Amino acid sequence: MALADRTTVRPPAAGPPPTGRRGPRLRRALAPYALISPTVLLLAVFLLVPVGSVVHYALQHHVVNEPYDDAFVGLGNFRAMLGDQRFWDSLAFSAKWVVTEVLLQLLLGLALALIVNETFVGRAMARALVFSPWAVSGVLTTSIWMLLYNPATGVFHYLSEIGVGNAGTSVLGNPDTVFGAAVVAELWRGVPFFAILILADLQSVPKELYEAASIDGAGRTRSFLHVTLPHLRDAIVLATLLRAVWEFNNVDLLYTLTNGGPAGATTSLPLYVAQLARKSYDFGYGSALTTAAFVILLFCSVLYLRLSKFGRQR
Amino acid sequence: MTSATAVLPPAAARRGERGSRFLRLFLPLGLYLVFTVVPFYWMLLFALRPAGSASLLPWPLTLEHFGTVWNDMGFRVYFQNSVWIALLTLLFVTFFALMGGYALARFEFRGRRLFMLALLCTQFVPGAMMLIPLFNIFQTLDLIDSRWSLIIAESTFQLPLAMILMSGFVRNVPVELEESAMVDGCGRIRAFLAVVLPLLRPGIVAVGSFAFIGSWNNFLFALMFLNDPELQTVPVGLQTTIGENTVDFGALAAGGVVAAVPVVLVFAVVQKYLVQGMSAGAVKG
Repeated sequence: MALADRTTVRPPAAGPPPTGRRGPRLRRALAPYALISPTVLLLAVFLLVPVGSVVHYALQHHVVNEPYDDAFVGLGNFRAMLGDQRFWDSLAFSAKWVVTEVLLQLLLGLALALIVNETFVGRAMARALVFSPWAVSGVLTTSIWMLLYNPATGVFHYLSEIGVGNAGTSVLGNPDTVFGAAVVAELWRGVPFFAILILADLQSVPKELYEAASIDGAGRTRSFLHVTLPHLRDAIVLATLLRAVWEFNNVDLLYTLTNGGPAGATTSLPLYVAQLARKSYDFGYGSALTTAAFVILLFCSVLYLRLSKFGRQR
Repeated sequence: MTSATAVLPPAAARRGERGSRFLRLFLPLGLYLVFTVVPFYWMLLFALRPAGSASLLPWPLTLEHFGTVWNDMGFRVYFQNSVWIALLTLLFVTFFALMGGYALARFEFRGRRLFMLALLCTQFVPGAMMLIPLFNIFQTLDLIDSRWSLIIAESTFQLPLAMILMSGFVRNVPVELEESAMVDGCGRIRAFLAVVLPLLRPGIVAVGSFAFIGSWNNFLFALMFLNDPELQTVPVGLQTTIGENTVDFGALAAGGVVAAVPVVLVFAVVQKYLVQGMSAGAVKG
């Protein structure tokens, strides 16, 4: 790069860099570190330190309202975890939640992306509308779906009046329907994310590939299977893994929509940890569960890095 | 489909194509539009019609619910708090992401790959589970019941992805433009400001908007780090309209509209950069 020599337009390879100009070169060597330093500092203090203290707490007996009982218990919290039915239940719920959400979001998001990638009148408007729930938060999503799910004034009430289905019981109060109800609310704001990511990648499929495929006699289905899908593979891998982690970790919707209920039917692992911290103040045990969640996610992240080939130069 | 059109006369082919476009395109799109729009409509309906009305049109129109949440339920204060917190988060995230994204895209330095890996690994840290240690840290720093705790925590959790996105945008600006500006006598900083920054505008708009939307929507940090109602934010205010036993649906819906308006406006502006932003930063990485 033509940095060391500013006075001429000679390419830098044409001569050795002038001596006695170490200042700029040193500055150049330090520049990237200076540029990333604020972020490194923030991440170290507000991310790395908390992670460290979670691991530290996980090995302690640490209950906030039993201040004199603090003690090092080694893996005791983890042993307790293995015998805790609520841990296994919440982990099973989390797995069911993540798999259902990610699969449905992928299928609907892919379909939606393919649709709004076509050219038609009003496409910009359609895109803006179907993507808009992406901007909406967990609590706002909850508020909206609580209005819709309300047995007295919600949408099912009106549907049952015109003879579709029967309202009366709250879908959120019934252990049989609450899972589906929460899944649909989360789909509402989750599908746009998938659709946006996939649409972004769809637009980079070279048009020539479709032309070549159609010359070879491939129909719409076959060119989708043999041109579009292979091209989208990386984006799909990335989107599903990012989203799986997000759906696993995220608590705001379930916390405000069902608060883990009814009767624990929608308690995910992070929600269980939050309840432990808020109700029993057992930070030691909660931290052990957090650490376990880390390990599970770490497994996913390794898979993610492998599949997405992240960070390698193009 | 394509093979069929080849043998049909053009008019019939066009008719068949039109029918298939309806089934393939407009029918599913229409159904999905209903799924997207009905919830928004329901919220607007409850916000705009009088309490006790069962009409499916917001008629007679009333603004009483907005008056209730804005004046009596404290949303005016929550709104101001949220605006300040989201704007400052936007500023910090955008500025630091620009610095770091530039470093990642333009410099080859020792530890670069490790740093990229670290940025990516942060995506697997469960933010909600960091609440207890974060609370302790902010208590040590005397930042509990300060808006700075939210701004700092939100910036920290958003920066990694913002930086990855931004480095994608910087990489899309040809390095030759910068080099030729430097050859013409600009320093690196002037070359950046004069040549790169204007070309990065879509990326900056995208990253800044993501930061604003994310910060505006954050619920758990505000719930955890702020106790003073005077400092509370819109999502927590919204949660309080959902009472334990009774729910004032008009207030809930009006609060929802207040919470939705800024992010939907931002979304409308950023919408066309959104797809571009996702492809520049996340997918090609």
